[in-house]
Amino acid sequence: MNEKPEKLIDKKGLRLDGRKPDELRPLKMEVGVISNANGSAYIEWGKNKIIAAVYGPREVHPKHLALQDRTVLKCRYHMASFSVQERKSPAPSRREIELSKVIRESLEPAIFMEYYPRTMIDVTIEVLQADGGTRCAGITAAALALADSGIPMRDLVAACAAGKIDNTVVLDLFDTEDKAGSADVPVAMMPNLNAVTLLQMDGILTHEEFEKAVNMAMAGCKTVYAIQKEALKTKYVTTKGEEESKEEEAEE
Amino acid sequence: MSIITKIKRKQIEQLLEKDTRLDGRGLLEHREMKLEQGLIERAEGSARVLLGKTEVVVGIKVEMGKPFSDTPNEGVLTVNAELVPFASPDYEPGPPDENSIELARVVDRGIRESKMIDTEKLVIEPGKNVFIVFVDVYVLNYDGNLIDASALAAVAALSNTKMSKYEIEEGEVKIRSGYEQLPLKKHPITVTCAKIGNKLIVDPWVEEERVADARISFAIDEDDNICAIQKGGRGYFEPSQVFEAAKIAKEKAKELRKKLNW
Repeated sequence: MNEKPEKLIDKKGLRLDGRKPDELRPLKMEVGVISNANGSAYIEWGKNKIIAAVYGPREVHPKHLALQDRTVLKCRYHMASFSVQERKSPAPSRREIELSKVIRESLEPAIFMEYYPRTMIDVTIEVLQADGGTRCAGITAAALALADSGIPMRDLVAACAAGKIDNTVVLDLFDTEDKAGSADVPVAMMPNLNAVTLLQMDGILTHEEFEKAVNMAMAGCKTVYAIQKEALKTKYVTTKGEEESKEEEAEE
Repeated sequence: MSIITKIKRKQIEQLLEKDTRLDGRGLLEHREMKLEQGLIERAEGSARVLLGKTEVVVGIKVEMGKPFSDTPNEGVLTVNAELVPFASPDYEPGPPDENSIELARVVDRGIRESKMIDTEKLVIEPGKNVFIVFVDVYVLNYDGNLIDASALAAVAALSNTKMSKYEIEEGEVKIRSGYEQLPLKKHPITVTCAKIGNKLIVDPWVEEERVADARISFAIDEDDNICAIQKGGRGYFEPSQVFEAAKIAKEKAKELRKKLNW
C-alpha cells in the first residue's frame, strides 16, 4: 500500500495537500438530507463524506432504559465497509464502540436533556468515505442534525483536530498525516459557551505543544461553527423566504 | 439524577468548597495505593493494584503469532478489559460493553503511544512470526477511577513480564530453556481528574464519580510528555480547566513515579 512519505511539510512550510499549518481542509455542509429523519446533515470535510441523522425524542426501546428525569441519548458512529482502503467489516469494531461513546458525551452537554423525560433520541453517524478526522466531522454533522430536528440546544457543537507532524503543530490532519504524524488531538466544543465537550489525544506532545494544539483546534472549531451556522441559515432562511413570498402571493 | 445523588452531590460540593472530600482527602490527593507483582505464576507477567478499595489484577500472556500486514517489523500489543460481575452490583455478565471497551482502549493508548514496549525487538521473522503481548485487565472490585488503577496495574505487570528464549533451527522456531525480560523503553503513568462544579479533583472514588460532571485522563511518560488523553462523562471542561488538569496530571505523575521508583 501507500509508502510512508519522507517529509510531511516541504521547504515552503506547506503540507502534502498544499495547506498551511493552520489551514482547514475545504468544508461543505448541508442540512436536511434524509427526508425520513427528524433532522439530518451531510458534511464533506476534505475527502471525508459523512451523513448524520436524528430520530426522536421518541419511545424508548428497550423500555427499561427509560429515565424519569431526562431523555436517553443514543449514538451510533459507524463506518461503511467501503469507506476505507481495505474493506472494513460492517460489524461494529471496538474503535467504533468507543467513538460512539465519546461522541455521545460530546453532544449531550449541548442538549436540554431534562425537557424530554422517558424518551429517547437516536443519533446515527454513517461515514461513507473516511480521510482522517471522521469523529470531528461526525460530531459537526450530528450537531447540525440535532439542530435541524428542532431539539432545544444550549449551543451547537463544533469539532476539529490539531496534531503534530514533522515537529510542527498543525490543524486538521488528513489520513496520511494522521498515520505518519506523531500526535493527533481531536477537540469538540460549544463555541459560545467556551466549553470543551470532547478531548482525546494519542501520540507524544510536550505540555507546551499540547496547549498550542488545543488552542489551534479550538480556533478551528470556531471556523467550523461559522460554516455550521451558514448551513442552517441556507436551509431555514430560504424556507422562510419561500413561505413569505407564498403569503404575499396569497394576499395579492 | 436520583434524589439521593442530588443530595450527595450537594454535600460533596460543599466539602470541596472547604478543600476537603467525603473521605477526608485533599483535592489533589490519591487514595492509598498498594502494588503487588508476579502473583499469577501461570502468566508471563502479572500485577495487582489496590487504589483505595478499587482492585484490579492484570495478567500478561505472550504468544507467537502473525504481525499485522502494515507493521511486519513489529510485535503486537492487545489490551482487553473485563469488568468481572462481582466487582460491582451494577455489573452484569455478557460481552464487553462500551465502558469496558473504553477502559481497555485508554489503557492501550497509554502503553502504545508512549512506546513503552520495544515492539521491534519482538520480531522473530519479519512479516511472518512475532511475539504478541496480551494484556488482560480484570477489575475485581469497583470503587472508582478504574482508568488509573488499570493503567498502573498494566504497566506494573509488563515490567514484571518474562518471555521464553528461542532459536531458529532449519527455519523452525524452537523454544529454549530460560527466560528474558520483555524489552521495555518507557513507564507511562496515568492520572485522572474529575470535575465537580468548578473544582478539579484527582483519583475520584465511586461516590464522587457518580456525581461528577466529567473526567479527563492523561498518560504521562518519564520525560513529562503527554502520550494519551481521554475526556469522559456527560459534562464539559472550560479550556482553562483542561490546561489546569494537564498540569495537575504532570505533577501527580511525577510524585507517583518517585514513590514507585519507575
